[in-house]
Amino acid sequence: MSNFTRRGLLKSGAVLGAGMAMPTILTAASHAGYTNAPTGSSVTLGFNVPQSGPYAGEGADELRAYQLAVEHLNGGGDGGMMNTFSSKELKGNGILGKKVEFVTGDTQTKSDAARASAKSMIEKDGAVMITGGSSSGVAIAVQGLCQEAGVIFMAGLTHSNDTTGKDKKANGFRHFFNGYMSAAALAPVLEARYGKDRTAYHLTADYTWGWTQQESIQAATEAKGWQTAANVLTPLATQDFSSYVAPVLNSGADVLVLNHYGGNMINSLTSAVQFGLRDKMVNGKQFEIVVPLYSRLMASGAGENVKGIFGSTNWHWSLTDEGSKAFVKSFGEKYGFPPSQAAHTVYCQTMLYADAAERAGTFNPCGIAEALEGFKFSGLGNGDVEYRAEDHQCFKDVLVVKGKENPTSEFDLLEVVEITPRAQVEYAVDHPMFAGGDLGKCNPGA
Amino acid sequence: MKSLNSSDKRTLLFVIVISLLAPFLLNPFPTGSGMAQFNAGYPDLMQRFAYFGILAIGFNILFGLTGYLSFGHAAFLGVGSYATVWMFKLLSYNIVPGIILAVIMAGLFSLLIGFISLRRSGIYFSILTLAFAQMSFALAYSVLTPLTNGETGLQVYNDDPQILMGENAITSPHLFGLKMQDTFTLDLGPWAFQFNVGYYVCALFLILAFYLSVRIFRSPFGLMLRAIKTNQTRLNYTGINSRPYTLAAFVISGMYAGLAGGLMASMDPLAGAERMQWTASGEIVLMTILGGAGTLIGPVLGAGFIKYFENIFSKINETVLHGWFAWMPDGLEDAVVWVLHLFTGKGWHLTLGLLFMLIVIFLPGGLMEGADRITDWWKRKRGKDVSDTSKTPAE
Amino acid sequence: MDGILLQILNGLDKGSAYALIALGLTLIFGTLGVVNFAHGALFMVGAFCAVTLQKFLNFSKITIDPDKVDFLGNPAKVKTPYVVEWFGEAAGNGIINWSVPLAILFAIPVMLIIGYVMERGLIKHFYKRPHADQILVTFGLAIVIQELVKANFGANPIPTPAPDQFVGSFNVGALIGMDASYPYWRLVYFFFSITVIGAVFAFLRYTTFGMVVRAGMADRETVGLLGINIDRRFTIMFGAAAAVAGLAGVMYGPINSPNYHMGMDFLVLSFVVVVVGGMGSLPGAVLAGFMLGILESFASYSPIKNFFADYLFLPSIDQIIIYLVAIIVLLVRPRGLMGKAGVMEE
Repeated sequence: MSNFTRRGLLKSGAVLGAGMAMPTILTAASHAGYTNAPTGSSVTLGFNVPQSGPYAGEGADELRAYQLAVEHLNGGGDGGMMNTFSSKELKGNGILGKKVEFVTGDTQTKSDAARASAKSMIEKDGAVMITGGSSSGVAIAVQGLCQEAGVIFMAGLTHSNDTTGKDKKANGFRHFFNGYMSAAALAPVLEARYGKDRTAYHLTADYTWGWTQQESIQAATEAKGWQTAANVLTPLATQDFSSYVAPVLNSGADVLVLNHYGGNMINSLTSAVQFGLRDKMVNGKQFEIVVPLYSRLMASGAGENVKGIFGSTNWHWSLTDEGSKAFVKSFGEKYGFPPSQAAHTVYCQTMLYADAAERAGTFNPCGIAEALEGFKFSGLGNGDVEYRAEDHQCFKDVLVVKGKENPTSEFDLLEVVEITPRAQVEYAVDHPMFAGGDLGKCNPGA
Repeated sequence: MKSLNSSDKRTLLFVIVISLLAPFLLNPFPTGSGMAQFNAGYPDLMQRFAYFGILAIGFNILFGLTGYLSFGHAAFLGVGSYATVWMFKLLSYNIVPGIILAVIMAGLFSLLIGFISLRRSGIYFSILTLAFAQMSFALAYSVLTPLTNGETGLQVYNDDPQILMGENAITSPHLFGLKMQDTFTLDLGPWAFQFNVGYYVCALFLILAFYLSVRIFRSPFGLMLRAIKTNQTRLNYTGINSRPYTLAAFVISGMYAGLAGGLMASMDPLAGAERMQWTASGEIVLMTILGGAGTLIGPVLGAGFIKYFENIFSKINETVLHGWFAWMPDGLEDAVVWVLHLFTGKGWHLTLGLLFMLIVIFLPGGLMEGADRITDWWKRKRGKDVSDTSKTPAE
Repeated sequence: MDGILLQILNGLDKGSAYALIALGLTLIFGTLGVVNFAHGALFMVGAFCAVTLQKFLNFSKITIDPDKVDFLGNPAKVKTPYVVEWFGEAAGNGIINWSVPLAILFAIPVMLIIGYVMERGLIKHFYKRPHADQILVTFGLAIVIQELVKANFGANPIPTPAPDQFVGSFNVGALIGMDASYPYWRLVYFFFSITVIGAVFAFLRYTTFGMVVRAGMADRETVGLLGINIDRRFTIMFGAAAAVAGLAGVMYGPINSPNYHMGMDFLVLSFVVVVVGGMGSLPGAVLAGFMLGILESFASYSPIKNFFADYLFLPSIDQIIIYLVAIIVLLVRPRGLMGKAGVMEE
């Protein structure tokens, strides 16, 4: 081993010496005044999605939408929502004339892994924008990283109030809706269907997203006259929710609100239906279950159990506006099934980023942030939308949906009950549920 | 270095050279070439190699020497990270107080857990440590959110006190002004080598940690630990109480984990609760066994191996594969890409699982055994005597 | 009182799954001395046996119905499962409806074969290796199995509903003058696991084969010296342990939709169960499984949860109960509830 090492050492030493002797350009990361300014004929975007762990299914759907968006930006396919988008800057010749390339990574739905993956995209692949994610913890972690590194973060599926509240960042933008909006959209529909005189029992996932979701829906339903019987926190790792569901019937509550997402939601909903809650009469009223945040992919995991259960969603493929139809068509023709809401939001985010770069005439994060702040647009499937400048949250219509009683296909699981107009879900920047954060200044990096 | 034999000195020198030249060694392929995908010479991954190396070295002091298999070491990593981020929040972004507190807190925490868990041995010890770590994780994720910021992970906010921060102080982790994220790029023809301050800080700690571990391995204390592994009962019959020794080893290895956690938070000032989960503890165990438990350098190799696959293979998606095999006829290209995509990108876990199996089946001593076999083969080829025993793992 | 009765039932139900998995783990450990980290994966494979059978039964003839359209506006494809086509509407749908119980018949041979192949192909080379190596190789195998399932079935959970006859709940409490409805399928799961556990114990207790295996567990060498081929019997026991894990998985499908990582979620818990029960003790594993199941249920029960939070300053007792109990048991009883001296203590 000794000889081997010594030889290796000598060789490396020689290489190092030669390297130092040659004329070299010693550079810090700054060329054009911002991180990873694209120099060649292409620009690299980083798609950072969960490819393993509980949200891998959604991550896969997000990746499909990203690939479709890149294809459209580069002039391939039928152009999808580029044709219906109110801003007409995108011409199908890439972004600012540069061909769009992308790198992908696996967040594993863990903050650490997500940041490692995002860092490698920034440090190794020269990504100028990071996007993706399928949970709020990861989105907030990566958003913070992008702020430090000086690249733009276009959040994927993240529903916690904190993403654009307590943890908002100048370099981060969220198209997806949030817990407050879900609650504001749902409460009137629940009031109309189930009446004012209701008592709710909350089961809440015991982590940040669950808490903000629960806080929002409790406030919104109490404003409509509902009572709250109890709020029970359930550990994230819970597999079997029977012990939490069993006491609900004797609690005097007549509505069960499941502030759960992903596997938690599937399992808690399945347990609740198995325990026959929906067949029961309490206080002379039919017992009901509500799932504030719905996802079609997750609904399919719960099978029959979602039938008739109300919730909210950011977007659904059955919408009939031009944008949604165009997107469903190009996605469906490419992959053979309709896109999920996660796919929709990340496709929109990619388009919005590209459009902002075109309008700003630069990839500089500060230019892009300026172009996105206060940007009003339509034609991306959610009606008239605005990116609010103060917290980088998109304000748009919210869909109240219900599990379909008679699905006509394996994708036809949810039906849109009401499209709640934007005005009804808006809130002030300093709303207490979003207070405490500081957007800071946009950071273009080195 | 009096007590080190020449083989140890060589190993130490090897570690020093490799650590210092890592930006070159890990970047063998020109930037922009198809093979550049396999380059690992970018700051984040090099930092990861270093602090996970420290973690594995520390774990090896416990497991490799005493044979006590802790399944909860990630808890100390987490405690170290939280301690460091709290120092950032309260004092300033200088990493020194953070790292010191990380080591101390991890030491105290491991003293507590070790004191209780070491009352049992074998698998009962493993499950006790696992139970403590899982409780720490569950609580950090939920109830302890005021202290850990739960799901989101502990991070520094603009309105944190940071009492030692001046008006124009640096707003990212630094060592007396040297910013961890600063990187100098050396453009050398088609290559771009990145020299990162944070990495070199980690590398210095790695060398220090490695040196310390060599000293422990060769000390009377290390000998005592090995005696515990060989036959604890017999040792007890000779009238020696082995508990203080195992507890010391446990605390030392906990402090190593705390140091790794502190460095982790210094390189990237966010501490997520998942780094305390049992999967993270399991990963430490895998790193050590994979590299070669009980050997000096094996655990570092094991750590590098796992982190390499996690960060490099997970990024090889179908588009990349199509790019590589574009020269093939269409049908063949699709077939090759279809087969390979099962193993890369979203299938990187599959490759990792297969490699775990292959290595443990064919190289019972881990990667170090592979290295030894290659060295033996090399020596035999050169017609040299292979009877040198100094390279055998310190079993 | 009703609440307490329900939590006892919930505990027995959770305990059933824990006990079944722990029983298999202990069988493997007791006979072969191997720590099998792939046992959770076997449980998951069992659940996916039900998914696979469900897919087979739903294998459909596709006809184009020009009157209906699919989501793209193209003529819709109408799927008619072949079983419906062959056996008629009622019988065909009946078979599909019963796919989970039917999957038991499918899972037993599949799991026996998987167990046999695993033992002969891989595990037998690891008898003499350190436990750490066994952990590494079986963990690697678990990852491989898990990834193959993911590549095949996707990452989303797939619902495997119970037969319609078992959907809904039944007022168990009425039997003893209380009011407590409990889902049919969960009761089925409990009785099913009691039957399986009983069958395993009866097999070991009352058959010659089982007697030899027990003798081999106690003293492998002596049994070997008596001219009995103990290895072959142990291989069969490995297959049986795999089948027990698989059955636990098949029947678990209707309780929680199977997904590819469900095995890992159970793995750590089932190790805790085994160790709390005492390494190498079959009754210990079963006892610990039910005990931890019941304790977990009660810790999740709001009045008790609130009591711990308000008076004992232990909020979220449900997050940590299993681990807390494990620590207390191991500190009070060094070898778990019923463990034998000298087993995996070094």
